[in-house]
Amino acid sequence: MSAFLEIRNLSARLRDTGERVLRSVSLEVPVGAVQGLVGESGAGKSMIGRAVLGVLPKAVEIVEGEILLEGRDLLKAKPSERRRLIGTRTALIPQDPLTALNPSRRIGPQITDRLVDILGWEKARATARAAEILAEVDIPQPERVMRLYPHELSGGMRQRILIASAFAAEPKLIVADEPTTALDVTVQKQILHLISQMQARHGTALLFVTHDLGVVAKICDSLSVLYAGKVVEETTVQKFFAAPQHPYSAALLAATPRHTDAGASLEPVPRAVLDAVSAEIAADDASWRRHG
Amino acid sequence: MQFARVACLRLLTTLITLIGVAVIVFIVVRVVPGNPIAMMLPPGATDADIERLKALYGLDKSIPQQFLIWFANVLHGDFGTSITTRQPVLGLVLGRLPATLELSIMALVMAVLLGGTLAVLGTRLRRTRAEAGIDIANGIGMSVPDFLWGLLLIVLFGVLWPVFQISGRVTPRLELPFTSQFYLFESILRLRFDLTRDLIGHMFMPALALALPLAAIIAQLLKQSLKETVNLDYAVLARTKGYPETSVILAEALPNAVLPTLTLIGVQFTFLIGGTVIVERLFSYEGLGNMAIDAVINRDLPLIQGIVILFALLFTLVNLAVDMTYAFLNPRLRHA
Repeated sequence: MSAFLEIRNLSARLRDTGERVLRSVSLEVPVGAVQGLVGESGAGKSMIGRAVLGVLPKAVEIVEGEILLEGRDLLKAKPSERRRLIGTRTALIPQDPLTALNPSRRIGPQITDRLVDILGWEKARATARAAEILAEVDIPQPERVMRLYPHELSGGMRQRILIASAFAAEPKLIVADEPTTALDVTVQKQILHLISQMQARHGTALLFVTHDLGVVAKICDSLSVLYAGKVVEETTVQKFFAAPQHPYSAALLAATPRHTDAGASLEPVPRAVLDAVSAEIAADDASWRRHG
Repeated sequence: MQFARVACLRLLTTLITLIGVAVIVFIVVRVVPGNPIAMMLPPGATDADIERLKALYGLDKSIPQQFLIWFANVLHGDFGTSITTRQPVLGLVLGRLPATLELSIMALVMAVLLGGTLAVLGTRLRRTRAEAGIDIANGIGMSVPDFLWGLLLIVLFGVLWPVFQISGRVTPRLELPFTSQFYLFESILRLRFDLTRDLIGHMFMPALALALPLAAIIAQLLKQSLKETVNLDYAVLARTKGYPETSVILAEALPNAVLPTLTLIGVQFTFLIGGTVIVERLFSYEGLGNMAIDAVINRDLPLIQGIVILFALLFTLVNLAVDMTYAFLNPRLRHA
C-alpha cells in the first residue's frame, strides 16, 4: 500500500438544494508526497480538504465514496474512531492565521493541547516539544511566545505558529488549505518556503489546496485540477507544466501571469473552454442521476 | 495611571448616581398621597397633635429644607430613624441586606448554571428537534415573570410535593449560633451543614423563581453566540485535532462567546435584585425587599429612602463588577 490517503469516488451535495459540490472525486496522496489541489474559488478544493479532516460544513453531505486513511475508511468508522485517526495521523494548516488561533487562549496550550489530550503525552514533554518545534519554524524566544496571546503577534508569526502546531505531533498527512492566501506577498514566499522545508525534513505527506499554479510549481510533486467539484486532470507537476492534457487545465495555465513576459495582457479562461467543461459536467450529472 | 483615572471617574459617576437617586426618592415619597403622620395618630387627633408630630419628624419644613437636613446627616453616616420601629435606619437596612444578598447571589448562581447548561446543550444539539425543545423552554422561562414562577413553585414543591419550605428564611425553632446576618455563608464556614440544609430548603424556591427568567435569557443569548463561535476557524481547527464536539464548545467557543452574555447578566442581575422585593414578600423571606414593602405600606419615609439608596448602591456595584470581569476575561482589553 503506497498511498497514505486515498479518496475514491467521493461525491457530496448541498443538503438543502441537492446540488452536487463534489463529483466522484478520486485522488491519492502517497506517503511523504506533496499533492496539489488546484481550481478556481468554489471548485470544491477546500471542501475535499475539509472532508478528509471530518469538518465539512453542516450544509454539505457526502452521498457516496470512500476516504481511506492508511487503508481505513473514515466515512465508515465510528465518530470516536474517526476523531482519533484524524487527530493522531493528520493536521491542518489553515488559511487565515488571524482567525485560526483562539483569541482567549495563550499560544502554548494551543500547540500542546493535542499532544496532551489526544496523544496522551506528559505535559512537560508536550511543552518541551512545542518550544522545540517553534524554534524549528524560526520563532525567536519560543518560551516567551508560548505565554503570549494571539493578538500580540503578527499575521506571519501566527502562520508560523500554526505550521509548527501542525507538525508538532509528527502527523503523516497535513492538509494545507490555501496557507498563504491571507498573507502579504512578501510573507507568502517565506511561509511557502517554510512549509516546503518542514515537509521535506519531516517526510510528511501534504495535500496542498491552492488556486495559485505558481505555488504548485514550487512545492508539489503531482496535482489534481478541479472544476465545479470534478477532477478534470490528475498528473505530475512536470507533465502538467510541460503539456496539460485537459483543455481547461491548459487554459488555466495560460491564464497564469508570468514575470518573464512583463507587459503582456492577462488571458482569462476562454468562454469556449468553460462551455466545454460545463457540458462535460452536465453529461456527468445526467449519468449520475440515471444510476442514482 | 490609566487605571487610577478610570477608577476615580467610576467613583465620581457612582456618587452622582446615588445623589440623583436620593433626590428623586426624597421628592417622590413626599409627593405621593398618604403621609406617615396620618398612619401614626389615632382617629380624633387634633390639628395641634398633627403639627406637633410633624415638627418632631421635621416634616413641617419645605421639601428642599428637609432634604438638606437629611443629606447633611447622611454625610455623617446618619440615615435617620425609622418612624415605625424607632430604630436607626442604617442598622435596620444593613441587618436585612445579607439575607437579600444571599438570596440574589444564590438565584444568580442558579440562573448561570441552568442557563449555561441549556445554552451548551442547545449548541451541542443544534439542528435537531431537541434544540427546538430547548428554545420553547427558553421562551416559556422568559415570558413568565418571577412572582408567577414563585406561585407555581409553591404549588409544585410546597403543596403537591412538599420538599421545600414555603416561608421564612430559617425554621424558627432552630438555635442559630451565628454572629452575622450572612446565615448561609456562616453556616458553611462553621461546618453546620444541618443549618445549611435548612437555609437552602427555605431559599430554594424563591431563588429559583428569581433565577428562571434570567436563566432563560442567558440560555438564549449564550446559545446564539455559541452557535456563531463554533463555526469559527479556531473551533474547526480544534475539531481536526480530534476533540469531540462538546470539548470544542466548552474549551474553544465558550470563553469567547461568554462576553456579550456577561454584560447582559450584569444588567439582568439588577432586575433580579429588584425582583426580590415581590418574591421575598411572596415567600415571607426576611430580606430587604420584604422590609421595603412594609416601609411603603407604613409610609416610613426615612426607611424607604435608606432602602432605595442601598438598592441603588447595589446596582452600581454590580455594574462595576461586570466591567471588571469583562476586562479580566478579555485579554485584548486587559493589555490595552
